[in-house]
Amino acid sequence: MRLEPIANPALTRRLGLPALALGATVLVASLLSALAGADPFAVLGLILKGAAGSKFAALETLNRATPLIFTGLAVAVAFRAKLWNIGAEAQLYAGAIVTVFLATGLLAGTGLWGMALVAALAMLAGALVLLGPVMLKTRFGVDEVVTTLLFNFIMLLIVSWLLEGPMKDPAGMGWPKSEPLERAMRLPRLAEGLRLHWGFALALIAAVLVWFLQARTTLGYEMRAVGHNPRAAAFAGIPVNPVLVRTALLSGGLAALAGYSEVAGLKGHLSLDLSPGFGYTGIIVAMLALLHPLGVVFTAIFVAGIFVGSDSMSRAAGVPTYIADMLLASALLLMVLAIGLTRYRVVWK
Amino acid sequence: MSALWDILLTASFWAAAIRIASPLIFATMGELICERAGVLNLGIEGIMVIGAFSGWMAVYMGAGLWGGVVTAMLAGMLFGLLHATLTVPFGLSQHVVGLGVTLLATSTSYFAYRLILPEVTSPPRIEPFQPYEIPYLSEIPLLGPALFSQTPLTYAAFACAALVALVLYRTPLGLALRAAGESPAAVAAQGLSVTGLRMGAVIVGSGLMAVGGAFLTLSAFSSFFFEMVNGRGWICIALVVFGAWRPGKAVLGALLFAAFDALQIRLQQTPIGQVVPYQMFLMAPYILSILALIVMSRRAEVPAALMVPYRKGER
Repeated sequence: MRLEPIANPALTRRLGLPALALGATVLVASLLSALAGADPFAVLGLILKGAAGSKFAALETLNRATPLIFTGLAVAVAFRAKLWNIGAEAQLYAGAIVTVFLATGLLAGTGLWGMALVAALAMLAGALVLLGPVMLKTRFGVDEVVTTLLFNFIMLLIVSWLLEGPMKDPAGMGWPKSEPLERAMRLPRLAEGLRLHWGFALALIAAVLVWFLQARTTLGYEMRAVGHNPRAAAFAGIPVNPVLVRTALLSGGLAALAGYSEVAGLKGHLSLDLSPGFGYTGIIVAMLALLHPLGVVFTAIFVAGIFVGSDSMSRAAGVPTYIADMLLASALLLMVLAIGLTRYRVVWK
Repeated sequence: MSALWDILLTASFWAAAIRIASPLIFATMGELICERAGVLNLGIEGIMVIGAFSGWMAVYMGAGLWGGVVTAMLAGMLFGLLHATLTVPFGLSQHVVGLGVTLLATSTSYFAYRLILPEVTSPPRIEPFQPYEIPYLSEIPLLGPALFSQTPLTYAAFACAALVALVLYRTPLGLALRAAGESPAAVAAQGLSVTGLRMGAVIVGSGLMAVGGAFLTLSAFSSFFFEMVNGRGWICIALVVFGAWRPGKAVLGALLFAAFDALQIRLQQTPIGQVVPYQMFLMAPYILSILALIVMSRRAEVPAALMVPYRKGER
């Protein structure tokens, strides 16, 4: 077989192939359910019902989608510039640490204005965490994939140390968790009686801002140019390394907001299970959205729905909940293949 | 200071270092083969998980220990085939495909684990490989207990590294493989298939990564735990760079790294461990890997066509 480039792929090809990838994912879901001895249609129905079948379920999905929108945006921004930030998990925890540290310490009792400042400083912490690997890349040519991945493990150990030492909750009954944020320092709910906090609205605003930055500003143009072809970008006078550093600051900051919103909006404290891999799942969210910031909102809700729906399906149908992770990994690979095939035609000979 | 010498002069310390190095050697050799042929395989972390799981499950179901090793290898090769198909003939992003394969292999292991053992709270144990004392050699003081009283899988790890070095540098196949990673067009001009060489390298390499994972369940821990691979795959990628893409240097890197790991475990028991939190010791391997990458990245000879997809007729 041979691949032949397609100069101007038709719209049907650009949309049809990703749709086909999602269809194939449903097929994988059916096969896995059958393998687990359950009725595929019943399993798919239960996932759908568990994700969006009631007001409670839908709100649970939106709550779960909130950190995924942030990490999805973080990955989308970075990958667009071909900066392989696989460390959103570490940046998320950096944001969470700063949030707890300030909201229970120096800025305790300052209310929502204080929390706005906390958000800014949390972003700064996430940005700095990614700045390290990016400086190593631009200065020494160290591949950022491995360094950002290794930082995730280092950061989790730092969190573990903080929770057993300096940030341990004295009233925590020995559990490794931090002191909780007081009421006044939590993000309020979007509406009275609605189990959805302001972090979700913040995520939507972030998506629109990132879209505006990418589509309408010089920096956005430079990021895309660097991602498309760094040599050509440099030739056109774009300062490649400074653009990469700015991309990293933005990406790390966005990922940190996921930690901020989980602590201040949902959990109220820091613990080692704050993120069940939101940083890694952000990669799937971003790829499924074809790295489009507004698309990230929809794919984050879709991915969150699969997780929430699979949890409730698992209790009812007995298919292991890890089916969600398998589906999303398959969706990622199928989507990458679909995107590849929009630009190349397979010729058999 | 004397505490350090007390540790460094015991046979058990060096035996532990060699034991810790063994899975890293398998997986590092696997990654090295892939990268010498021009393909970065970020599926390594997940492939080690599926190797650890499938090898252990096969033994639990009665396949015998070597049966477990073969099962792990085949499972790894299967995911290697998936990785190779997407990255070589289709030329898709090696970063994204690799991470996707890691996620898929990991979740497949966890899904299968829960499917086969729905109710258990702690995973069943198996009877792992026992140390085999090589006659006469194991009686040498210090050296004997450290080097020649290991499990068969450890001896296999070193044999595997020697075999990889032999094939890469002393056979026509190795020459073609290295050329596929340096100058694929030249390989094609010789009438050889770049696609075939690269796919073969990724499949075989993935098989070795899976055996590295199986070492954890079949020789080190005798049971399968979630997150037991714990970043070892990523560390192996750093070791390939540290070893400048050469098998011998990579083995030395793995040994050095394992010695540090064995040392930090023992230092936790000393007075230093009373003062410094244990998390700082556990961090050492990851920090060491990053430092290794910084030191070596300047002078390392990266295969020229690493991560460059080869499309016939394209320049």
